[in-house]
This record gives sequence, C-alpha cells and structure tokens, in this order.
Amino acid sequence: MPNPTLVRAVVINNPQGMHMRPAHLFAELAKKYVSQIEIIKNGSRIDGKSVLSILTLCAMNGESISLEATGPDAEEAVNALAELVNNGFTFDQGDSNTQKVE
Amino acid sequence: MKFCDFIKIEAIQAELQATDKDGVIRELVDGLIATGQIKSEEKESIVQSIMKREELGSTGIGRGIAVPHTKHASVDRLIGAVGVSTKGVDFQSLDGDVVQLFFLLISPPDRPADHLRALENISRRLRDDTFCRFLKQSKTADDINQLLEEADNNQFVS
Repeated sequence: MPNPTLVRAVVINNPQGMHMRPAHLFAELAKKYVSQIEIIKNGSRIDGKSVLSILTLCAMNGESISLEATGPDAEEAVNALAELVNNGFTFDQGDSNTQKVE
Repeated sequence: MKFCDFIKIEAIQAELQATDKDGVIRELVDGLIATGQIKSEEKESIVQSIMKREELGSTGIGRGIAVPHTKHASVDRLIGAVGVSTKGVDFQSLDGDVVQLFFLLISPPDRPADHLRALENISRRLRDDTFCRFLKQSKTADDINQLLEEADNNQFVS
C-alpha cells in the first residue's frame, strides 16, 4: 500500500512570524518523523526539515501555510507540527513552564 | 529585501581573525561601528545581547553558515554585517560543522517583518552552493560586495 499523504492548512500565530527559532523548532520536530515533510506557501514548496529552507518562506504572523506529510507516520507528523504552529511555537522547556518563542 | 538594503561595504570582512564565537561577533559589530550605523559605546550592550540570543540556541544553521542577530533599541532600521572566516569557527552549529560565512543582523525591536525579510533573502541566496563557494573564496571586501550585488541582481540562479 502506498504511503499516505496528509495536508493541513495552518496560520502562523506568533507576533514575530516564523523566524529562526520557530523554524528550528519546526525542523527538529519534523526530523523526528520518517515521513517526508513539506511546507507550501504561495506556491512555494520547501523541505520542512531544513531550517534554511523554512526561512525562505518569510512566513509572517497571520499568514497561512500548508503542511504536507507523506510516509508511514504522516498523520502523527501533521498533527504534531500543526499543534506546534497553532500554539505559536510554544515549547516545553522541560519543567512545568512553557514559553512562547518571541 | 536585497543585501544592499542592509549591508554596507564597510561592514564586510573577507578575513575574520577571531577563532571563537565571542570574538567573531565582536569583529562583525566593529564593522558596523566602522559604517557609523552604531556608536562604539553601544558595542558591549549589542555583543552581550547577541551572545544571550546564542545561548537560546546557536544561529549556526548548518552548511557553514551562521546568522547571529538581536533586536536593539539603538538602531532605527535593520543593519547587517558580513564576514568570512577562512579556517572556520566553532559556533556550536546545528550540524556540528565549523562556520565560515557570517551574516550578523541588528534590528529595531518593533520591526519583526524586516528581520524576516532579511532572513528570507540570506537563506534564499545561501541555498545556492555556487554563491556560498564564491563567498568562501573571496579575498577582499570588494569581492564580497560584488557577489552580493550580483545576487541582488539575480545573477545567481537558486
């Protein structure tokens, strides 16, 4: 059976946009999945596991991007990555505090 | 945004001397002082601010490239410096490689969009292996300035 492809549209929810730290967090999370992860914005399609490529999107606060995953863990990947974006790139710092990357 | 919008030739250094992160950042900030865009009395505050940002995670994004940056109230527009290290500097990069190409950015606190546009320009150009190789081989600030101009004029295909 071919690997499934999942697509999910999300909106950047961070006043600073998808700058270097969000891009890093996104790429690191994407790399945890074997699926191919791509981000599509305004017709540009880039590798979601590459910080350099993510930065070329210039994704600003309020802009929409599509997350596309193809592979055996596509659903888990899209769910986790969409949650990261929807939460404004909030990450757990290893204790009970979470912090928004600004 | 183009390189010429935020990088002046006086802030380009073809042969960085420093061998560590702190030293490289100081050299790059010195370049911005040379342009007159920041005052020398702001240097320490800016260097500390950039180093504090590095503590959150290295801006060495792989492929021998780093983009150290900070927001600082002493600037009223986005400014940048470029440096090349022939030997490479340990910058605790994401991929573990030493860094040879540095693009340092300082932006006003209230201009996140300009910062994103500068990151977009830098990352788009540096995805081009030919552009990176030519930058690393540059011997003078003039050479680098010419490469940046050629990139601005879309003479590199990426």
